[in-house]
Amino acid sequence: MSHSTVPRSSAEAKTKTQREETPVASDGATGPAGKHPSGKLSLKVRFRRDRLLLVMTLPAVLLILLFNYLPILGNVVAFQEYDPYISDNGIVSILNSPFVGLENFQRIFEDSAFWNAVENTLVLFFLQIVLFFPIPILLALLINSVVRPRVRAVAQAVLYLPHFFSWVLVIAVFQQLFGGAGLLSQLLRENGYDGLNIMTNPDTFPLLITAQSVWKDAGWGIIVFLAALASVSPDLYEAAAMDGASRWRRMWHVTLPALRPVIALLLVLRVGDALTVGFEQILLQRDAVGPGAGEVLDTFVWWNGVRNQDFSYAAAAGLIKGVVSLGLVLVANKVAHLMGEQGVYKK
Amino acid sequence: MTAVIDKPVSEPRWWQAPPRPSWEEKPSKAGLTGKGLALTLACLGVLFPLWIVLVTSLSSRKTIDEAGGLVMVPNGITFIAYKELLSGGQVTRATIISLLVTLIGTLFSMAVSVMCAYGLSRSGSLGHRWILMTLLATMFFSAGLIPTYLLVQTLGLTDSYLALILPSAVSVFNILVLRGFFMGISQELVDSARIDGAGDFRILWQIVMPLSRAVIAVITLFYAVGYWSAWFNASLYLNDQDMMPLQNVMIQLVQKQEAPVGLGQAIKTGELSGLAVQMAVMVMALLPVAVLSPFVQKHFKKGMLTGAVKG
Repeated sequence: MSHSTVPRSSAEAKTKTQREETPVASDGATGPAGKHPSGKLSLKVRFRRDRLLLVMTLPAVLLILLFNYLPILGNVVAFQEYDPYISDNGIVSILNSPFVGLENFQRIFEDSAFWNAVENTLVLFFLQIVLFFPIPILLALLINSVVRPRVRAVAQAVLYLPHFFSWVLVIAVFQQLFGGAGLLSQLLRENGYDGLNIMTNPDTFPLLITAQSVWKDAGWGIIVFLAALASVSPDLYEAAAMDGASRWRRMWHVTLPALRPVIALLLVLRVGDALTVGFEQILLQRDAVGPGAGEVLDTFVWWNGVRNQDFSYAAAAGLIKGVVSLGLVLVANKVAHLMGEQGVYKK
Repeated sequence: MTAVIDKPVSEPRWWQAPPRPSWEEKPSKAGLTGKGLALTLACLGVLFPLWIVLVTSLSSRKTIDEAGGLVMVPNGITFIAYKELLSGGQVTRATIISLLVTLIGTLFSMAVSVMCAYGLSRSGSLGHRWILMTLLATMFFSAGLIPTYLLVQTLGLTDSYLALILPSAVSVFNILVLRGFFMGISQELVDSARIDGAGDFRILWQIVMPLSRAVIAVITLFYAVGYWSAWFNASLYLNDQDMMPLQNVMIQLVQKQEAPVGLGQAIKTGELSGLAVQMAVMVMALLPVAVLSPFVQKHFKKGMLTGAVKG
């Protein structure tokens, strides 16, 4: 294994010099001939040494290039009058479809259904920030204050569980509880009231969506906060207690500051992802409440593209969403850096 | 040898609270009650709906009719709904399809991800920064639904199970978590194996992977849950109703309230309630996840946090 005898790191280099009996490759890979004038190893030597590592990354990289990068080019249909019936081969269809410039975008901006979808998306986003976001923090504080390890483990297991359920299942559970034939209606009728179908009520739909998100993911959300809480040194609490800080003041002055970076990071991530408000979840219920309340940007793209086969129009809407989202991520990160937090990537 | 080490007298039994530090004030009765109440309510909020689903799926038609729908208190248990669903027909087939897609997809995803994570975990290796950047950048943009749809169509994956596996086979986040963990493995260990003549594949298989059981368990669970829960790609790329996985069948049965194909004898003869059938399908969809995830739970924190954002 000649390639493996060239050290990749200083640690490896050190080990090698300690072990003089290591067989030295005779193909010149470790000899001075392989060294770059600058003292660094030449590209050829490094390639020979690391080729197996590169081969290992290849399947994943190819899949990512194929399914994450290549489709970016497909956004060209947003500037076309794409005709899917030209050929089964998308590339042939794209090459033979006429370009129409920004016509699709013009149509979108005049489409009230699009603006309705934007509005619904933003309403859901704000509801999630206000109603969903604080719950994992509160639950984490609650769990963190439980001192019996078994109670803690069981409570965590129970609260994490719904995160692993599919959206289909979560919505099915809600339907059995709050649908027209669900438990709530059943109880109401038994007591002489009319049944109530929350699942098809457009007015309460944003609250329903948020409630489902809370049920599914609020428990899972506590993991990050628990980790942050576990990293607080008990000495800080003791010192605060010695100084006469009560339980609540310790929470305010020790616990919450420890959570601040995590909260900031998660808020930044959420804002960067503001236009994504639960595609599968909403698509599954869109027809039950109608597009007036149930259409968000992602389902707007789906409806126009997949259902109505108006690929160019849908791709244009998707492209608008993609570009705005990218901008939001970058701005959110910038804000995080300005606040002195790390954000998603480092400066 | 013969010395008997006594357990410390103060060692708390599992139901007892461990001693609090001396500086901490005694918790008030009201505080403890409030805490217990809040925790119980939160857990019941998760468990109560699942209990109802489970009990109703195990109830006979008579019990369900008496309860006027959903059953909260079990009154005799019958497995007739499960027997019907698993005796061939739509749900049986869908369950097998889901299990196979999950199994094959998870193995494929894990193989690809673990290799990639290891390939990127050796510091100073050729090109690893470029590859890392290529992967990381995908977390900032998405090509969009329509171009992806057109691509899958062009690749000829429509009406093939490959369409359920390939487009979502790699999660960059999972690779980063694995990589972060692999990077934490002692460099000396890897070096000594290399000096003993082990190649990279052997080092990965015999040294790195056995040391990373915790994170591998977590990521395997993440991938498996992803495949098991997926329904959208099937609805998009599969046209044949007979090819649909369990989640898609559940949409038809529960949301659209259709009767399952290849079943109905027991419903017609009145032994089995349609509601119990719906509930049984839901239990089948949640059972594998509910059974497996608690085993991996103790590793979650590690899996979630081990240097997902290491440079």
